Amino acid sequence: MHDVAKGAVLAPVEFEVEPTRYRHWKVSYDGAIARVAMDVDPAAPLRDGYELKLNSYDLGVDVELADIVRRMRFEHPEVRVVVLTSGNDRVFCAGANIHMLGSSTHAWKVNFCKFTNETRCEIEDATASSHQVWIAACNGTTAGGGYELAMACQEIYLQDDGNSAVSLPEVPLLGVLPGTGGLTRLVDKRKVRRDRADVFSTTAEGIRGKKAVQWGLVDAIFPRSKFDEKVLERAKGLIASASAGLPPGERKGVVLSPLAPEVGPTSRRYRHVSLEWDETTRVARLTMTGPSAADVALVERGGEAMRQACVDGSAALWSLQAWRELDDALLHLRVNHMQVGLVIVRAVPAQGCDLQQVLAHDAALAKARDHWFAREVLLHTGRVLRRLDNTSRSFFAFGDQGTAFGGCMLELALAADRFYMLDDADAPVKVALSELEEGALPMHNGRTRLQTRLIGAPAQLETLVGRRDPLDAEAADDAGLVTVRLDPIDWDDDTRIAMEERASLSPDALTGMEQNLRFPGPETPDSKIYARLSAWQNWIFIRPNATGPAGALTLYGRPERPQFDWQRV
Amino acid sequence: MTTPNVDLDGKIPNNVGLSDDPKLRRALETWLPQYLEWWNDMGPTDFADKPVFLRTAVSVEPGGWAHYEHVKMPDYRWGIFLDPSPEAAHIKCGDDAGKPAWSDVPGEHRNSLRRIIVTQADTEPASVEQQRMLGHIAPSLYDLRNLFQVNVEEGRHLWAMVYLLHKFFGRDGRDEADELLVRRSGNPDKPRILGAFNQPCDHWLSFFAFTMFTDRDGKYQLAALSESGFDPLARTTQFMLTEEAHHLFVGETGLDRIIKRSAELQKLDKNGDVRAQGGIDFDLIQRTINYWYTYSLDLFGGEISSNASTFFATGLKGRYREDQYTDHRAIDGSYRIPVVEGGKLIEQDVPVRNAMNEVLRDAYVADCERALRKWNKTLEAAGSPTRLSLPSRRFHRHQGIYADYRFDPQGNLISHEAYEANKHKWVLVPEDNAYLLSIMKPCYEPGKFANWIAAPNKGIEGQPIDFEYVRMD
Repeated sequence: MHDVAKGAVLAPVEFEVEPTRYRHWKVSYDGAIARVAMDVDPAAPLRDGYELKLNSYDLGVDVELADIVRRMRFEHPEVRVVVLTSGNDRVFCAGANIHMLGSSTHAWKVNFCKFTNETRCEIEDATASSHQVWIAACNGTTAGGGYELAMACQEIYLQDDGNSAVSLPEVPLLGVLPGTGGLTRLVDKRKVRRDRADVFSTTAEGIRGKKAVQWGLVDAIFPRSKFDEKVLERAKGLIASASAGLPPGERKGVVLSPLAPEVGPTSRRYRHVSLEWDETTRVARLTMTGPSAADVALVERGGEAMRQACVDGSAALWSLQAWRELDDALLHLRVNHMQVGLVIVRAVPAQGCDLQQVLAHDAALAKARDHWFAREVLLHTGRVLRRLDNTSRSFFAFGDQGTAFGGCMLELALAADRFYMLDDADAPVKVALSELEEGALPMHNGRTRLQTRLIGAPAQLETLVGRRDPLDAEAADDAGLVTVRLDPIDWDDDTRIAMEERASLSPDALTGMEQNLRFPGPETPDSKIYARLSAWQNWIFIRPNATGPAGALTLYGRPERPQFDWQRV
Repeated sequence: MTTPNVDLDGKIPNNVGLSDDPKLRRALETWLPQYLEWWNDMGPTDFADKPVFLRTAVSVEPGGWAHYEHVKMPDYRWGIFLDPSPEAAHIKCGDDAGKPAWSDVPGEHRNSLRRIIVTQADTEPASVEQQRMLGHIAPSLYDLRNLFQVNVEEGRHLWAMVYLLHKFFGRDGRDEADELLVRRSGNPDKPRILGAFNQPCDHWLSFFAFTMFTDRDGKYQLAALSESGFDPLARTTQFMLTEEAHHLFVGETGLDRIIKRSAELQKLDKNGDVRAQGGIDFDLIQRTINYWYTYSLDLFGGEISSNASTFFATGLKGRYREDQYTDHRAIDGSYRIPVVEGGKLIEQDVPVRNAMNEVLRDAYVADCERALRKWNKTLEAAGSPTRLSLPSRRFHRHQGIYADYRFDPQGNLISHEAYEANKHKWVLVPEDNAYLLSIMKPCYEPGKFANWIAAPNKGIEGQPIDFEYVRMD
């Protein structure tokens, strides 16, 4: 088996794609209904060494799916129901490609699972927030990740042909877990009885027909000859409910234009975001530039003006462009720069601007959010910030000279593991809160970053509600926003030491620690999925029973049978 | 004639101690009426009241399992018989080769075994469904009887598999047994599991090709399962093999008789035009071979298969005549398979366990080549210049690593366009049916044969060729 996915030595993975370049999906639009058909090209894997047979997927397939979900919201706002189905005659989707998993590094598997999870959460987010209801039309075998993909949809329809089954064969066949939220969605979302879920998850061949309906694994079964017709009937039936409470605005899409970053040997520079990395110190610097006065003026003209400015390409709108760029930078950081352990985050104002512009921007966007497009822009910002929350690198935000962490950009500091702020009496650095931070940009746990941060200080949180005045370092510290306040004499030394110290700690322990500390408070299905993924799946992935020389995943497809260490841990 | 442990008195003749197993008896007796209903709905049409000279298994002793008499098909006694081999069984292949065989289903392998059994079982009623109309255009009473013999035995094979499901797989097994009677060959909503068993079998040319090629897959599957470490499966399939041999005989000699007759008609016609003489031309025979042989190749499963590896490794399914091999673990060693890569065929070495489907397919292909040589001898003896051949195993495939590509009958990789343009020259096309049905009129007079087929060399069980094999009045 070839070594695949040794990120650094191979060509970097690109996360930008557009419809004319899809290799694995066929998307068609008919008024309010879109049809997304998975038709994976076996000969087009992202890395050499495996074939994508039977509609199985790898990261490349999922990058296209993520693009579909995102473009659907921005480019096809007329769509109310999305039918997710297969272009393959016999298989809906066989899940993640096992040979790809078996031959990948641990880090690759983890990143792959994380990205696919984020895509599935985006599908659910589109259904919940964008009046685009995804339904799965499983017109063939629906196995493993294939069923997990179906479970990300609001409803699941299975072809009743005596053969097509839904299954989660990971435990019995591969000695790992369903890696994209399958177990959580089974009992938490679909409310399948937990004892039945136990039987289902240990039955490699899965469950089909009436029993699949009785157990709640699917919503209905239709015979093969009537399948397309019945699914379409259901899709049409859903249009009305999906359209209830639809936000106003002309439902004409905008184009998500290419980001076209300038890529150097140690940098990636976009219009508003730049990422620089140093492989020796293993530190990267991520900088986001705030909106200009013109950007703010555009948002102040309201949602429809924003939409019109983006009809031929979104680059004109900071509120979308900057966050798309950050999203792309984060994905590159995760997959193409595996050695980088610490990311220094800075938010800087646009030329000639300061905190006031970003606050004005946030106020205008909050005002415009009734319009569907402004709402999508905000939802997108929220998703990018959640991607940041879920990125397994240490993030230190540096509020030093020249920075302006305000409103949505202050969220970068609140998402970071620590916020260092310069306390300079001569040239005070300031931060400020905006209304967008009071619920418009929730974390996966359903709460704001402020609520999460101040979980033990509700009174302090209360004083911040509605507070819009710029806070200097002392005030910000008092408000609980700052981790370490440093005066100019100490700044250089203390931040250098903090960075070196961080870079010296075990990356595994840091990942685990950060994930534990970032999400206090209540759980949601999303947060459970990510937490369990990192806690259980990533543990199982590295255990000999899965990936040792005689592990089930290692040996899948090979002539030898797995040998388990029977000790329960 | 019957051994003491064979119970022929109950509703279900058997040597599996049914009378002492109330749970199993109850299950089978519940299933029996459903089965009969299925037989009435989907079995041979319109011949239920005709006594047919059938062979019935009444004993598992050598020679004693073939009892002949005229029976109406609904009265045929579908029994359950296991090979009574007295020797202590052992696991014949895989990691546990040599250890005692399982007389009960090991939990670890339960799902795999059930899947193997259900897949095999599903083919049995499927072929009966495919052949249900053929009685109306039978070329002779001899052939009509053979058709029905095949049909009732496929029914009995279904019983054998259902016995295993009922006896060893609890409620799941009973559900699967019920499903076997619900799926229907060629029905788009409830198709049979395997592709070849959903193809139409509209005429006797296809029937003979089916029994020659598709039932021969059955022989090799049964032979591989007769090496199973699950002893009841091994013994059941061992006994089924003896009956399967007759089906293969029907197919192989049926095609041989058509070939012989076509050669005669070729000679008879001044232009050598078989069709002008109302016979079946060799192009059509060749296309029929190409069609059914390749559909049957599909039944062996993927060339490179982790299931095949697991089934072998766990001792659930062996190779053809596993005892011929010295190394029953087959953990080392590789098998070379031509695969398509970058638009070209290249050879790839795969672990032999993963190539077990291909290993079994090799034995099958060799057997088919033997039959082809025999038919070509018939052509030679008849003085015909024509020779028939098997197409490449890559040609016209719907399963496995070649299914996504197109090949010509010689096995060369060609474009989809080239394939579509020539397909009608290579495999059966719907237009062939019109001609075949035009010449296939029933011939029910004892000793008479339709113009397009030669008489067999001899009758059945020592009976003359003009024996009344099916009583039509």
